[in-house]
Formats: sequence, structure tokens, C-alpha cells
Amino acid sequence: MEKKIRVLVAKPGLDGHDRGAKVIARALRDAGFEVIYTGLRQTPEQIAEAALQEDVNVVAMSILSGAHPHLFPKVVNLLHEKGMKDVLIIGGGVIPEADIPALKEAGIAAVFTPGTNTSDVVDFIKNNVKM
Amino acid sequence: MEVAKELLAGNRLALSRAITAIENEYEEATDIMKELYPHTGHAYVLGITGPPGAGKSTLTEKIAKAYREQGKTVGIIAVDPTSPFTGGAILGDRIRMNSLTLDEGVFIRSMGTRGSLGGLSHKTADAVKALDAFGKDIIIVETVGVGQSEVDIVKAADTTIVVLIPGMGDDIQAIKAGILEIGDLFTVNKSDLDGADKLVREINMMLDLDSLMTDWRPPISKVIASQGEGIDLLLADVGKHRQYIEGNGELARRRTKRAKDELLDILGAGIERRIKTHISDRLNGYVEQMKKHETDPYTLVNGILAEMLK
Ligand code: B12
Ligand SMILES: Nc1nc2c(ncn2[C@@H]2O[C@H](COP(=O)(O)OP(=O)(O)OP(=O)(O)O)[C@@H](O)[C@H]2O)c(=O)[nH]1
Ligand SMILES: [Mg+2]
Repeated sequence: MEKKIRVLVAKPGLDGHDRGAKVIARALRDAGFEVIYTGLRQTPEQIAEAALQEDVNVVAMSILSGAHPHLFPKVVNLLHEKGMKDVLIIGGGVIPEADIPALKEAGIAAVFTPGTNTSDVVDFIKNNVKM
Repeated sequence: MEVAKELLAGNRLALSRAITAIENEYEEATDIMKELYPHTGHAYVLGITGPPGAGKSTLTEKIAKAYREQGKTVGIIAVDPTSPFTGGAILGDRIRMNSLTLDEGVFIRSMGTRGSLGGLSHKTADAVKALDAFGKDIIIVETVGVGQSEVDIVKAADTTIVVLIPGMGDDIQAIKAGILEIGDLFTVNKSDLDGADKLVREINMMLDLDSLMTDWRPPISKVIASQGEGIDLLLADVGKHRQYIEGNGELARRRTKRAKDELLDILGAGIERRIKTHISDRLNGYVEQMKKHETDPYTLVNGILAEMLK
């Protein structure tokens, strides 16, 4: 059996915008990945624990509400605390350009904003995932 | 990381890595299974099956919660279909189980079917063993949404619950052949909707017609999984079934059969691999001979087997 890229698509916080997350989940499935989708309103602790139990290679978070500066880094830290050091962590949604450098500094490998072509996301994962 | 040792010491990340190794058939998977095997056989395995959208995941969450309240630890394997076209999958069962994520006494793993057609994946049984060796008391296996022929769950589970819902119309006729025969228990979920009692009657009628009936008549319960109603009675039925099959030797028989099937499967796969490697140089030559009708495959196979198994 060939290795399959496993991705957790997660919606942290209280933000109810889930179209983007669903679009991404479907695009990743169509690219042949196994996508675990956990639905809306996940705490950073739930996301990190689900990532551990599912042994995913990628954690992909979507936020449109503006809560990313706090929530994204929190998930990164929790994943590292749990020993998930190789996991590729990416984010997307309504995220101002100005916030992106700090998120990258915090361990988010890439940030995808509105208008993103889903094939760019697929390519980024294929080129950067560690397995 | 010494995956098997860490798993046996209670490391959840190691458990997760072990399941990945098993699922992807990494080379180390055989060694991991060797180390885990002596520690298996303690968990009770509950299968949950039924048509798509019947509420299997919702019910799994509520059953797991109820066992947790009894102080038991729970492992869950939730299987969803892999697309035969792209090889990808959306594994969405966890959406219904979010309240269990932060309970350290529960471990949930989603699996894609990856080409297997029986409602589970080829590696589900080994993933169950990993949870068993980890020390889970109860392991719940949720199948993909099934039609009539996806009945592999009976090979993996000690007790199988078939979940049905009202309003399936004539569907119950269509599915009776397959999944109705494998239920140790039936439960009518979404009993808040019209038609639950009618469905109970229909299942009863079907059971009346079952000529293979033993002295265990599958009980039929009504639940509302989304509201947690009826779960206690359902678990009481599970307890009765467990007692029944433990008491009359049926559990031992099921597990003996499982062990035998497992041995023969692994043996068969091993022999196939060995023989294929052994004849790989000659394979094309054989095929050429067949194409020219100089010989036939039966003669060839007899020759190869005689040569290898002497
Ligand atoms: C549709 C929409 C809604 C719908 C949501 C329906 C749903 N179920 O998703 C409804 C009407 C419910 C809604 C409600 C609200 N909304 Co609204 N909504 C929008 C709108 C117009 C479009 C969002 C959308 O669905 N786009 C389509 C999807 C496919 O695109 P996307 O999510 O951007 O995703 C793409 C990329 O960003 C990227 N991506 C996204 N996530 C991820 C994740 C990963 C891992 C990757 C790789 C890529 C990726 O890839 C996707 C494909 O290209 C935006 C404005 C906008 N133009 O973005 C406002 C917007 C997001 N909403 C906004 C607000 C304020 C609200 C409300 C608070 C309004 C109110 N006062 O009631 C509520 C809150 C709802 C809630 N519970 O959270 C603001 C947020 C402001 C902010 N960030 O500071 C926005 C930006 C509008 C604005 N300009 O003010 N909204
Ligand atoms: N009315 C009603 N809806 C329910 C009940 N239980 C579950 N549901 C709903 O049924 C839908 C499907 O539930 P799931 O638990 O995902 O069903 P499933 O059988 O696991 O689905 P698949 O895994 O996709 O086959 C969800 O919208 C649930 O909220 C119930 O008792 N009553
Ligand atoms: Mg389900």
C-alpha cells in the first residue's frame, strides 16, 4: 500500500464561515489525500489532539473572523508539545497581508487568502509535506 | 521511537504511529504486530453498521460516553469510503464525536476503505489489535454506510449492532439479504421521526421468517442517538448478548474462526509473495508458451507448486 497524505482540515474558534474549509477539503480529497474534517468550532486543544490521534501529515486551518493571530500560533505550540514536530501546518481565510509574516514566524508554513486557486494548495502540500 | 514498546507503555502518539505503519504496510509493521500480539484479546469489540446517514457516528459517540461513565476505556475505528477514482477520501465521522476528543480514555481513528469492498478496510482488524494492546476495554468499529453486501464487520466484531432508520420505504426489503442477517442486535435510530414502530414491526417480521434462527433472537431497540435517548437499554442488550455468547461458547468459536482466518490469510499472502518472487524470471516465458498454446496454465501451476512445495 502506498503512503497516503493525511490532512486534518480544521475550523478553530467560534467563526462559522465554513465554505472555504469545505472547498479546500474537497479539493484535497480530489487530489488523492485522506482528509479528516472535524467541523466547526474546534478549540486549539481539540485540533491538536485530533491531529495526534489521526497521525496526520498536514494540519490545515481556516479562519475568516479575524481570530487567527491568537489561534493559529496556539495550535502550533500544542502540536509541538505533543511531539508532532514534522507536521506541516498551513492556514487560510480572510487574513490581512500585514499579519502573515508574524504567522510564518510562529510556525505556519503558508497562508492562503481569498481567491486562492486550490491547485496551488495541493502543490504546496505535495512539495512541502514530510513523510 | 520504539513504537511497540512506547505503545504498550501507554504513549498515544506511538499508538497513532503504529496504526499508520499498519495501514500503510510499512516494513516495521510486521515487527510491531509481533510485539503487540501477546497483549491482545482483552478488549470487547462492538461493530456498528447500517445504511449511510443512519446515525452510526452519532450513536457511536453516545455509546462511548455511556461506557466511559461505567469507567471503561474506549477505542474507536471509524471507516469512511475511499474514492475509487482519486484514491482520496473525506473522513467525516469525527464531526459527530467531537465531545470525546479531549477525553484521554478515548482514542478515535478514522480510516478510508482504500479499495476494500466489505465495509471496512483491509487493515481495520490490525488497527483494532493495536487499540486492544494499548489496553482499551471496549473497541467500537463503525463501518462505512452499507447496502447489502458489506458484511466484513462480522469477522471483526464480537457483537454487531445493525442501525436502521424509519422512512427507508421498501429499502428494508432490499437490504434484508445482507446486513439483516448479521445483526446480533437491531436498533431503530431517529425514533423521533414517524415510522419507527412500523420499522420495528417489519424487522420483527423479517426475523420471524429467518429459518437459521438460533435460540438468540436479536433484540430490537429504539433510540434517538442525537438526544442520547435509549442508549442505556441498547447497552443492556449488548451486555445480554455478550453474556449469551460467553456462556454458550459462541464467543470462543467466533474468535477461533477469526484466528484461523487470520493465519490462513497471512499464510496465503506469504506463499503468494514467495512464489511470485521465485518465478519472476520465468514468468514472461510461461506467458509466451501459453500464448502459443504450447501449454496451459494448469500444467504450469502444478509444475511450479511441485517444485516449490517438495
Ligand atoms: C459568505 C459569507 C458569510 C456567510 C457564511 C456562510 C458559510 N457557511 O460559510 C454568512 C452570511 C453566514 C456570514 C456571516 C457572517 N459574516 Co461573513 N462573509 C461571507 C463572505 C461574503 C464570503 C465568504 C466565503 O464563503 N467565501 C467563499 C470561500 C470559498 O472563500 P474563502 O473562505 O475565502 O476560502 C478561500 C481562501 O480564503 C482559501 N482558504 C480559506 N480557508 C483556508 C484554509 C486553508 C488551510 C487553506 C489552504 C486555504 C483556505 O481557499 C479558499 C478557496 O480559494 C465574506 C467576505 C469575503 N469576500 O470573504 C464575509 C466575511 C468573512 N464575513 C464577515 C462577517 C463580519 C460576518 C458576520 C460576523 C456578520 C454579522 N455581523 O453577522 C457573520 C458571522 C458568522 C459566523 N457565525 O461566524 C467579515 C469578516 C470580517 C473580518 N475578518 O474582520 C467578512 C470578511 C465580510 C467583510 N468584509 O466584512 N458570512
Ligand atoms: N432526527 C434525528 N437525526 C439524527 C439522529 N441521530 C443522528 N441524526 C442525524 O443524522 C445525520 C447523520 O448522522 P451520522 O451520525 O453522521 O450518520 P452516519 O450513519 O454515521 O453517516 P455515515 O457515516 O456518513 O454513513 C446527522 O445530521 C445527525 O445529526 C436522531 O436520533 N434523530
Ligand atoms: Mg458516520
